[in-house]
Order: sequence, then structure tokens, then C-alpha cells
Amino acid sequence: MLSIKNLTVNINEKVILNGINLEVNAGEIHAIMGPNGSGKSTLSHVLSGKPGYQITGGTIQYKGKNLVDMAPEIRAREGVFLAFQYPVEIPGVSNVYLLKAALNAVRKHQGLDEVDAMDFLSLVKAKIKTLDMDEKFLYRAVNEGFSGGEKKRNEILQMAILEPALCILDETDSGLDIDALKVVAEGINALRSSERAFIMVTHYQRLLDYIKPDYVHVLAHGQIVKSGGADLALALEKEGYGWLEQGQVSA
Amino acid sequence: MSDSTQEINQIINQEYKQGFVTVLETDTFAPGLNEAVIHQLSAIKNEPDFMLAYRLHAFRHWQTLTPPTWAQVTIDAIDYQAISYYSAPKRKEDGPKSLADIDPEVLAAYKKLGIPLDEQERLAGIAIDAVFDSVSVATTFKGKLKEVGVIFCPISEALRDYPELIKTYLGSVVPHTDNFFAALNAAVFTDGSFVYIPKGVRCPMELSTYFRINAANTGQFERTLIIADEGSHVSYLEGCTAPMRDENQLHAAVVELIALRDATIKYSTVQNWYPGDKQGKGGIYNFVTKRAECRGDNSKVSWTQVETGSAITWKYPSCVLLGNNSVGEFYSVAVTNNYQQADTGTKMIHIGKNTRSTIVSKGISAGHAQNTYRGLVKVLKSAENARNYTQCDSLLVGDQCGAHTFPYLEVKQPSAQIEHEATTAKIGEEQLFFCQQRGLSAEDAVSMIVNGFCKEVFKELPMEFAVEAQALLGLSLEGSVG
Repeated sequence: MLSIKNLTVNINEKVILNGINLEVNAGEIHAIMGPNGSGKSTLSHVLSGKPGYQITGGTIQYKGKNLVDMAPEIRAREGVFLAFQYPVEIPGVSNVYLLKAALNAVRKHQGLDEVDAMDFLSLVKAKIKTLDMDEKFLYRAVNEGFSGGEKKRNEILQMAILEPALCILDETDSGLDIDALKVVAEGINALRSSERAFIMVTHYQRLLDYIKPDYVHVLAHGQIVKSGGADLALALEKEGYGWLEQGQVSA
Repeated sequence: MSDSTQEINQIINQEYKQGFVTVLETDTFAPGLNEAVIHQLSAIKNEPDFMLAYRLHAFRHWQTLTPPTWAQVTIDAIDYQAISYYSAPKRKEDGPKSLADIDPEVLAAYKKLGIPLDEQERLAGIAIDAVFDSVSVATTFKGKLKEVGVIFCPISEALRDYPELIKTYLGSVVPHTDNFFAALNAAVFTDGSFVYIPKGVRCPMELSTYFRINAANTGQFERTLIIADEGSHVSYLEGCTAPMRDENQLHAAVVELIALRDATIKYSTVQNWYPGDKQGKGGIYNFVTKRAECRGDNSKVSWTQVETGSAITWKYPSCVLLGNNSVGEFYSVAVTNNYQQADTGTKMIHIGKNTRSTIVSKGISAGHAQNTYRGLVKVLKSAENARNYTQCDSLLVGDQCGAHTFPYLEVKQPSAQIEHEATTAKIGEEQLFFCQQRGLSAEDAVSMIVNGFCKEVFKELPMEFAVEAQALLGLSLEGSVG
């Protein structure tokens, strides 16, 4: 589904990603771990098309197409979804309005009819229950006055509605208490399918207690320095990232 | 400049859709202003003598005044002798009796603007007075309104047909001595709407005036007077457009509202005068004095304005809350783009006991535009338990525009409660990217974010116009992202 080859990325002339290689197939869950400043968030931003990054080399193929050439909204419509680390507030725009506009933008792109208000409401009400969210969230302004946990749940709700093919979760566990973390993890697990892939960017191992990854990659200095199975995350949890900094890397 | 800032700038920059010129035979005065011009103006409108005297009095006062300079706007001096003070489509001897007598080009112009004047296509439930340059060309549903005693006609007609109402109320809220532009307007006003709602009548339909400037080098000096007698209720809306021209044109209007005991007036404006081009050339100078007096107890006036047009907007729709328990409201969305400038806000003068006022102002600034809120809340000693709530929010789109807020407070009554809240936000690149990441185009995203920002004001507009205002806002900001 996703094939990243030799990707190098700069921000203002400074090298952030320095030769990333990653293959992600449908049905897989990949965890990207690494210390602060290792380029984890940059990778999720570049995949989703956030402006401000210069791609200086390498390729990103998504479902056989060149992802780099697509505008962010086209990537979204093609099924690339980013769950934000810091979801933004949009005052005066209700959650339900944004959700419906987003779903219809995606459906239109896929050549499907737009959903009408009634069908949409029954769809969204079914999804919101599974995330243990109150229906009143639908009518509140997007993320305005939401707690950290509510914002993250809202991201997962959007993901559940849009049913993307490639879900990129950027530090979704940050700022969550243990109860909220469980709910969010359940929401994500409910979306696992053989047709969908996940890339989970995280600093800590604890999210992986609830969502078991197929692969774990350790990012440092803009490169994937080690890849392995779920056990790698446990080892990192025990030893920290210090050993990476000291250059004792056996990739 | 980052990609998404460029994107924001593109969305703001769109074409002005009402910028066409209608080619007509007109009666137009040569440019210039002196007492002879005022005699000529009064004569061409068949005005009673008291009006001529009123105009000359105002003109002599105006000559002693100098233009005000306190607004937060940059403007070249206006040459008042270079403006023509009267222009009207040529008409038959005694004026149009029916639509058949109106120049078809004028009718076509209104049709193009989406304001059908002919019987079959009239908007249901909305009576329209259509003012074209210096004259009212048609007023719809006049007869139907007359059945319930509502007078809705061009003010030039009211001067002749209802001289007593005019003598009592004209200039009673905004006297010609009020300010430079009010004096000029009193001297040279040409047309506008007159509304009288009799005691206890709830006006059965929305009243609306559509102002169109067409002729070049003319000023439009509109005068509107609305009187809501005891216990009556009226909702009035005005819309404005003008052709695209390289010269600046002056629109100096005076609007007076009078609400007697238990009466309610709701006055909504969707102002879309030509704003000038992307380099700031041309556009309307919209210098307007609008004021309401809540004269009776329990009366209420609500101003709602959506200001998207004009090169410079300079106006403060205000409420003088004389009656006890009277209520004044001001809901405003002002959008400035490219090189537009707006200095707008309101004045709430609390005089009666238990008077209440609410101010909600939303300023949106894009391109190189400057947007200023200026508001006065004044509570006199007599206004026991007066209350005011003010909320001023500014939204910046892009990184070259400005937003300014000047709230003035004068409180002489210790029991008064005044609240003021203000925020400034920037349409963030983060917000924009978030919406795009959910599949929305940049245009749709900006439109959604801006409409969300203006929601509290749009909900105050009559239903039919709320939709129009939202669409207009989308157009005004089109091209501001990109």
C-alpha cells in the first residue's frame, strides 16, 4: 500500500529525514518509535502533505501512485488519514458539520453519492457510541473547549466516519490518562481490517500495550536505525533510547 | 511566505460579481455644489418649500465644517465640486406610473442583481424599494402594505405626501449639525426609503431597499427614515452594489430610526458596494450616519450589518436608549480584503432606566486590509441598572492585514454593569491544513472557518438573507487562501 524509498526531507535547509525506507502493506500495523527530535512527526506530516517541508530526495508511492504530487485534500480523499497530535479548534463550526462535509468530500472523490442529513446522523450516532462519546459532542464546535482526551477521541471518530485506507496516528497517546487511552485504543482496534494499514507514531510503549503492532521501527537522527517485532518496543521501554544516542546501533 | 499562506491569499482574491454598468439615458447634473444646485435639486423633485429651506440651512452649515480626520483610515481629500449631485434614468414627463414606464435597462439591471421588480417574479413576503442612483425607480407591494396602514415609499414621495410626519421626524435623530457628512446629506439627499408603521401593527412582510449606484462621478446621498409607532414591529433590510470604476465614488447616507413605546425595529444591512480592485484602485467611500432612538419605554432596535464591500467603510449604527427598559443591539460582520479599509462599530447611549445593550462585532481582515472596531458605550446618570455586553472578535487571514479595536466607555451611573470581551485570532495554517487533511478544499475550508466565526451575527439576519450573506462572505474571501 505504502512504499517509502530513500526519503530525505529538509525544513529550512536543515536535514530532518535522512534516507527513510519503509514498506507498509494492507492489514499491517507499524509503530514508529524514537526519541524527541528524531523526525517521527515530520514523517507523519510529510505523508499527509503538510506544507513547510522540502522533499529533497527519494519517493513515496501510495497504492501505486506518487503521493508527493498530491495536494493534502487529494491524499485525504484517496484514503490517507492523519490523527493529529494537537487537534485544532474551529470555533462556530459544529463537529457534525465538519464530519459531514469531510465524508461527502471523500465520497464525491470516489464517485459515490453524497449522504443526506438523515442517513449521516444515523451513521454518526452509531459510531459515536462505540467511542463512549456523548451525542452532544456532535453539536459542539470542533474541539472548542474539549479536554485533551476528548480531542483525541474526536480524531478517532473522524477516522471511523471516513474509513481511510492508511491511518497515521501522530502521538495519539500523548496527554491521555489511562481510561481515555483504553477507549481510544478500542476505537482503533475496532477499525483494524485486512484492507487497512496503520502507522502509529509514538514516544512511549504504553499505547502498544493495547494495540499490538506487527512491526516496530526505531527512528533516530532521521533514519530508521532498527526494525523488529512487537518485542522491540518492550526492549526500548526497558532500556530507553539512550543506547541509540551512544551509537550502539546494530540495525 | 508558506504555501498555505499563499493559498489563503488566493482564496480572498475574487472578482466582484455586481460590477457591470447599465448604459442609459440619464438626467445628470453637471459636477459641482452651490446653492443653485440645491434649488435645482429641490425643484426637480417637486419638493415643498420647507424642504428647500431645510436643505439650504444644512448647506450653509456644511460650508462652515471641515471633514473629520479621526478615523483609522487613509484617504485622499475629496473634491466635493467634482461630484455630480443628481443622476437619474431619463423618464417621461410625470414619472413612471407603472413598471411599463421604467427603462427596461433598469429593470434588467435589477434582474441581473437577483432583485426582480415585475409582478410575476417578486420575492414573496418581501416588499422592495429599488433606488437607482438618485431616484427610487419602483416600490413593490405598496398597495398591500397600505391595507394595514403601513407606509413604505420613496422618501421623495413622502416629502410631498406626508409632510407632517416628515416635519416631525426628519432630522430629529440625526440633525444636520451632527457631523460633516450628515450636514452634506441633509443638503443634497436625493432618495431613500420612508417607512411608517402605525400603532399596534406588526408589518406583515420584510421591507427592503436595494441601492444601486450606476452613473459615474456621482455621489449617492440616500436618506432613510423609519418610524415605528407604539406597539408596532418591523423588519427592514437594505442591500447595496455598484459598478467597477477606477474612480472612488462617495456614498454618504443618513438613516434615522424612531421606535416609540413597545415598538421594535430590526434593521439589517448587507453592504456590497464595489470595493476597488486588487491594487486598491477605485471603490465606494461608504460614509454613513445611522442612528436609532428608542424613544418609548420597552422599545427595541436591533442593527445587524454584514459589510463586505466599499473601499472605505466609515459607519457606526447607534442606539440612543431614552425609554425605560429599552433595548439596543448591534451585530456586525465587517470583511476587508485587498486594500479595503473599515472603521466601523456602534454607539450605545443609555439614558433610560434598566436599558440594555448588546454589541457583537466580528471583523475579518485579509490581504493588505485594515479593519477597525470603534465603539462607545455611554451610561448617563439617569440610566439606573443599565447593562451592556460587548464582544469584539477579529480574524486575520494571511500576514499583511491589520485589526484594531477602540472601545470607549463612559459610565456615570454606579449601578451599571458593563462587560467587554475581545479576541484576535488568525486563520491558522494549522486550521487550514486540518480541514484539508479531512478532504476539504482550501476554499471550502476558509469559507467554513469564516462562517463559523460569524455565526453569532448571521443567526440575527432574516432567514432569506442569512443564506445570501454566507454566500457573499464566501465570495468576498474567495482567493484569499492559496
